[in-house]
Amino acid sequence: MLLRSCIAVVSAFALSAVAAQAETITIATVNNGDMIRMQKLTDDFTAKNPGIELEWVTLEENVLRQRVTTDIATKGGQYDVMTIGTYEVPIWGKQGWLVSLDDLGADYDIDDLLPAIRGGLTIDGSLYAAPFYGESSMVMYRTDLIEKAGLEMPDAPTWEFIADAARKMTDKDNEVYGICLRGKAGWGENMAFLTATSNSFGAKWFDMDWRPQFDQAPWKETLSFYIDLMNDAGPPGASSNGFNENLSLFQSGKCGMWIDATVAASFVTNPDDSSVADKVGFALAPDTGLGKRGNWLWAWSLAIPAGTQKAEAAKKFVAWATSKEYLALVASKEGWANVPPGTRTSLYENPEYAKVPFAKMTLDSINAADPTQPTVDPVPYVGVQFVAIPEFQGLGTAVGQQFSAALAGTVTVDQALQNAQQLTEREMRKGGYLK
Amino acid sequence: MAREASPSRKIVTTAVAWAIGLAIFFPVLWTILTSFKTEAEAIASPPSFLLFDWTLENYAEVQERSNYLRHFWNSVVISIGSTLLGLVVGVPAAWAMAFAPSKNTKGVLMWMLSTKMLPPVGVLVPIYLLFRDGGLLDTRIGLVMVLLLVNLPIIIWMLYTYFKEIPADILEAARMDGAMLRAEILYVLTPMALPGIASTMLLNVILAWNEAFWTLNLTAAKAAPLTAFIASYSSPEGLFYAKLSAASTMAIAPILVLGWFSQKQLVRGLTFGAVK
Repeated sequence: MLLRSCIAVVSAFALSAVAAQAETITIATVNNGDMIRMQKLTDDFTAKNPGIELEWVTLEENVLRQRVTTDIATKGGQYDVMTIGTYEVPIWGKQGWLVSLDDLGADYDIDDLLPAIRGGLTIDGSLYAAPFYGESSMVMYRTDLIEKAGLEMPDAPTWEFIADAARKMTDKDNEVYGICLRGKAGWGENMAFLTATSNSFGAKWFDMDWRPQFDQAPWKETLSFYIDLMNDAGPPGASSNGFNENLSLFQSGKCGMWIDATVAASFVTNPDDSSVADKVGFALAPDTGLGKRGNWLWAWSLAIPAGTQKAEAAKKFVAWATSKEYLALVASKEGWANVPPGTRTSLYENPEYAKVPFAKMTLDSINAADPTQPTVDPVPYVGVQFVAIPEFQGLGTAVGQQFSAALAGTVTVDQALQNAQQLTEREMRKGGYLK
Repeated sequence: MAREASPSRKIVTTAVAWAIGLAIFFPVLWTILTSFKTEAEAIASPPSFLLFDWTLENYAEVQERSNYLRHFWNSVVISIGSTLLGLVVGVPAAWAMAFAPSKNTKGVLMWMLSTKMLPPVGVLVPIYLLFRDGGLLDTRIGLVMVLLLVNLPIIIWMLYTYFKEIPADILEAARMDGAMLRAEILYVLTPMALPGIASTMLLNVILAWNEAFWTLNLTAAKAAPLTAFIASYSSPEGLFYAKLSAASTMAIAPILVLGWFSQKQLVRGLTFGAVK
């Protein structure tokens, strides 16, 4: 009898210990402002979900990409939630590497997600990643300099206008350059900008038979336009400038215009960091009248790897971090300008948010991009500033090196395009796309 | 007889040496200075050298956001653990090669070195799978093992070079006096090779401390050392140079201090046998 009650007590104790033991989920994320803010606000989540503890792994974007790719491809199971982009989601979702997120709860309001963003994260009708913040690209310009040049920026400028304005705003003696654009080689660096730009010139990476298109006229037009413009009106050493370098140039008053991620709007208008905070205007990315603008579409999203043992807890976290309530939480603690942008329609219907100077232009830019029909002519791939195939990371960077070299002047435009065509053909043949 | 250098020549040599030293140290100095600037000052052009508002806010922020001590402790355990284990394996191996060489010794030495010629990423997936199946992912013991294997060729090569400098006759004399193998290695060889062993140890602690491929790829939250701590402050979209500099300074400070205090030993060990 005594033995039996002892066993009962011990097993009850053991059971309660198991129940009391919190489940820890590991979240891999990138180091940018919105993600860091989320880490600071997680007390709200743990208060609402007492059984779940959070462990963060923050890494630089490229390190994170390599790290989570290794883990998910080998089913290593190190992470329960991963921060990935619109490039990975279609590829990984098709491989069966991600858990479907169609059941994030009744109050999640999945239909509130912006259609352009949701489209990029959906495969065969199922959502495979929940958008944490979305971004496009747009023109950020100095209102004082454009006025001085005697011009007025339209809401939807053409490339011709931008080129003209850039040349007129340039004052090299005073270190003011009409336009700052990405030049640093990399598929997520200069190729994000140039691929999106090429869409507006009617170019494309591949035709419907997956034949590379760098030997066609629209690419030559795109690259010549970019290099001529940068030579006339760009800062020196532009072939090594990425987002951060241009941000620093713009904030210190050295750029007339900068075409880059919409997320930069909150940086350049922040008076603590930017010397031109009160002199910045926004416009849509330019076009050439062919029906596509030169803006991209990206969403940092939260996804759950198929190998996780803690899918339920992970889903609770994903639902919390991408919910309407989370946006309201950020607004109440840090103000509306710091709310992660570009994911929910309701945010843009909120009159408080409409007062943020770059809110409307961000939404218009996002809506102007369509990852499923990114180019003027039909293409066999998804993605505005990338091609959602596994080979693209290597390919995009190799082509980016050619274009960066052309900007630096070490190869001509024709040579760069010829090299790009050759290396892309070789890679596509190796990958079995071309017979 | 060596000619005494003239005073002017001495001044010139000293100046050149200082200039080279400063040039090499400058990036570290700049990182340390940037860590005390605000983010706006960190990117200011032209940059200010010393005349800026010194602030500790980056350190405060880094301290608030990350668990520095956990990363630091992981680094200590991984670097010292892998080095000590490396010596346990490396000393007998180097002894055998230096004092009891066979006809294959040269080949074995070369073969060991050849493992360093393969880029680590080439074996990432097999090692990752082994770690996954052995439950070693994100554990310190796993990292100790992998860094031990990575640095073992260097440990054996360095020790082998030092041991070669020790006259075999002394060991033979010890054997004549009845010393067994263990006593010979522990009481005769080791004390004589101590500077060499010390510098091997220091160099390997530094190498393991700075190793950033395996430590980043095989860890997640629990066993991540200071390399992962630095990587968490780098960002391609957003200017966090001052915070990154603060994190870097905190990560390199311990090893810098260790290097500072042991530099005499390190230099002595590294130049050991260079002049005959």
